[in-house]
Amino acid sequence: MNRRPPTVPKPARNARLTARGPGALSAVLGKQPIGTAFVTPYVVFLAAIFAYPLGFAVYMSFHDYFFTAPGATVDRPFVGFANYVTVLTDPAVQRSFVNVGIFLLINVPLTVVLSLGLANALNAAIRWRTFFRVSYYVPYVAASVAVVGVWLFLFNSNGLVNSVLGPLAPDPSWLVNSKLAMPTVALYVTWKQLGFFILLYLAALQNVSKDLYEAAAVDGAGRLNSFLNVTVPGVRPATTLVVLVATVTGANLFTEPYLLTGGGGPDGASASPVLIMYQRGIEQGKPDVGSAIGVLLVIGVLLLAVVERRFVGKEEQ
Amino acid sequence: MKGALTTAALAVAITGVSAACGDGGSVGATTETRGEIAVWLSNNAEEVAWGKQMVAAWNAQHADQKITAQEIPTGKSSEEVIGAAITAGNAPCLIFNTSPASVSQFQKQGGLVPLDSFSDGTSYVEDRSGAIAKQYKSADGKYYQLPWKSNPVMIFYNKKEFAKAGIDTVKPPLTTYDEFLATSRKVVAANAAKVAIYPAPSNEFYQSWFDFYPLYAAESGGKQLVEDGKSTFASDEGKRVATFWRSMYAERLAGQERYTGDAFADGTAAMAIVGPWAIAVYKGRVDWGVVPVPTSSGKPANEIHTFSDAKNVAMYSACKNRGTAWDVMKFATSQAQDGKFLQTTGQMPLRKDVASVYADYFSKNPDYKVFADQAARTVEVPNVPNSITIWQTFRDAYSKSVIFGREDPGAALDGAVQKVDQLASQS
Repeated sequence: MNRRPPTVPKPARNARLTARGPGALSAVLGKQPIGTAFVTPYVVFLAAIFAYPLGFAVYMSFHDYFFTAPGATVDRPFVGFANYVTVLTDPAVQRSFVNVGIFLLINVPLTVVLSLGLANALNAAIRWRTFFRVSYYVPYVAASVAVVGVWLFLFNSNGLVNSVLGPLAPDPSWLVNSKLAMPTVALYVTWKQLGFFILLYLAALQNVSKDLYEAAAVDGAGRLNSFLNVTVPGVRPATTLVVLVATVTGANLFTEPYLLTGGGGPDGASASPVLIMYQRGIEQGKPDVGSAIGVLLVIGVLLLAVVERRFVGKEEQ
Repeated sequence: MKGALTTAALAVAITGVSAACGDGGSVGATTETRGEIAVWLSNNAEEVAWGKQMVAAWNAQHADQKITAQEIPTGKSSEEVIGAAITAGNAPCLIFNTSPASVSQFQKQGGLVPLDSFSDGTSYVEDRSGAIAKQYKSADGKYYQLPWKSNPVMIFYNKKEFAKAGIDTVKPPLTTYDEFLATSRKVVAANAAKVAIYPAPSNEFYQSWFDFYPLYAAESGGKQLVEDGKSTFASDEGKRVATFWRSMYAERLAGQERYTGDAFADGTAAMAIVGPWAIAVYKGRVDWGVVPVPTSSGKPANEIHTFSDAKNVAMYSACKNRGTAWDVMKFATSQAQDGKFLQTTGQMPLRKDVASVYADYFSKNPDYKVFADQAARTVEVPNVPNSITIWQTFRDAYSKSVIFGREDPGAALDGAVQKVDQLASQS
């Protein structure tokens, strides 16, 4: 069964094109011109929408740069690492990176645990399964502004949560408490995005062979053991994806501190790097400083992603 | 990994995208060039109504120099939209909603036309607005904005809630800080309202214009936050204002949490710091009275200064037909059009002696008279480089110390001085 098939060379689909010899066309488009043609639009898109702005942001971060009207003549001298020094010595920026670290520490593990647990439950033959699947997905597609309004009502000092907690309610309340503001934001984001990650896990669960569960059952594994020894390893590629996506979206946190905690309050306790980047780069007209924050954030996220992939995705590798 | 790279790249690159926009500019534009122009209006319904009649009146007389008007495109703020339009080279000739705090930034971008470049530019601005005009002069001594209209902020109070708390509703004791605090305590103790007053406690740079700054203007006799390139707010007057507000927050007489809605209209707060626009907004909803902002010593009303909350008209450098734009600017801010603006919006034209020039209007609309009197004593945000960064620096210090009590207010103001001075001295 494992015998190798005879190695008869297949005629290339674009044989007619290449048969005409290594002319000008193949010199420009390479050996696979049709493939190149298919790939080109995406490469152009990537270059224009991602690579160019990223490169431009790096350029700005090393210059004294600000936006000007067309035709305005201004000096934009090279300033070396001056913008990075400004950023790294700015207590608000330092605080924002600590804040987003706290956010990720809460948000990413919680997202993985809850979305995998709920996806596993929703994958089982339970009643109202479709209703629950839709219910978890609704917050993800709902407009942030509207959903933030609901959370403001829930978590303000006279809100539903504090009414239920009674004397156990924190003082100051959740969103104006410097210790609880960021965890509350992390909780909110976890809840809002859970539907998307549940979908990823649901798709992954379809690929876990039923034979493995049967084999585990034959070996005497209960539900918990099956989950830990079959499901969790079976969806590891999805877990790697969930961890990376949650990290990247979490590092780009903006809407929630902007709306939920009134501009990163209290006293900067929930300010994120992207919020500070917006303040410096857009509001205050310092795109060079904003870009330096952005470049540092990219580097930080890449390093984090490498570490996560090394640990979470090691068996996949 | 690619997802991480591309998504993070998008985040960092947002600021870069707008710089890649197309070319434009105002090649061949002179102060005498005439033709069609575009103007942007605020999206406030009353201002749009005024703008439409102004445009119709102009167009009826100038078939060859027609105006096309539209509301400022939607964005997180008007200032961001205008800044992007300057960069892209597609800003209109005139914007009737230019924030004085953003003028230095727009000027630095090369986005504004100095009105002094018109032969009668300086004289028109100063003749129309009087002594108050000098607050709108830029650091280079030129006018890049025409002071247009103000909303001098005062204290509105809810008469029903004051009555419930046993407070005089005709002349409530709100003149000194001690009186204001005592009245606030009474309101809250009587459960007339949850809090006495609810200035937005959030951290946006402009929020200090509606808590600290009006009281500072009053306490200091009309000082700006920065004068002659030096910060003034860490003075005794500034510290008294900060201490007063700290007491309000510490005693929970002012709300610390972001409020979704209008706390004054909802009855959650018994007082509000508002401009004359509030008269129309609260008509039929709240039985209100109005007093000037308090001072520590209880200055008489005719000595009280306050924040202007002004919006101005500016000419943008993408404008080709600048001669027409200047004529339209003068037409739209003429005595007749200012009168129509006052009548339509209730906001105060930034012209000298507004109370006497439109005496008829104020006799028919006495509610607005007190704001007209106050309009003569308004303080603008300082027109200095890095204006918004300065306000954000101030807000951060104020928020930390006054609203959340994590530092002594006086020490926090002292701490912000060096950075603000450094920012104000940059070109």
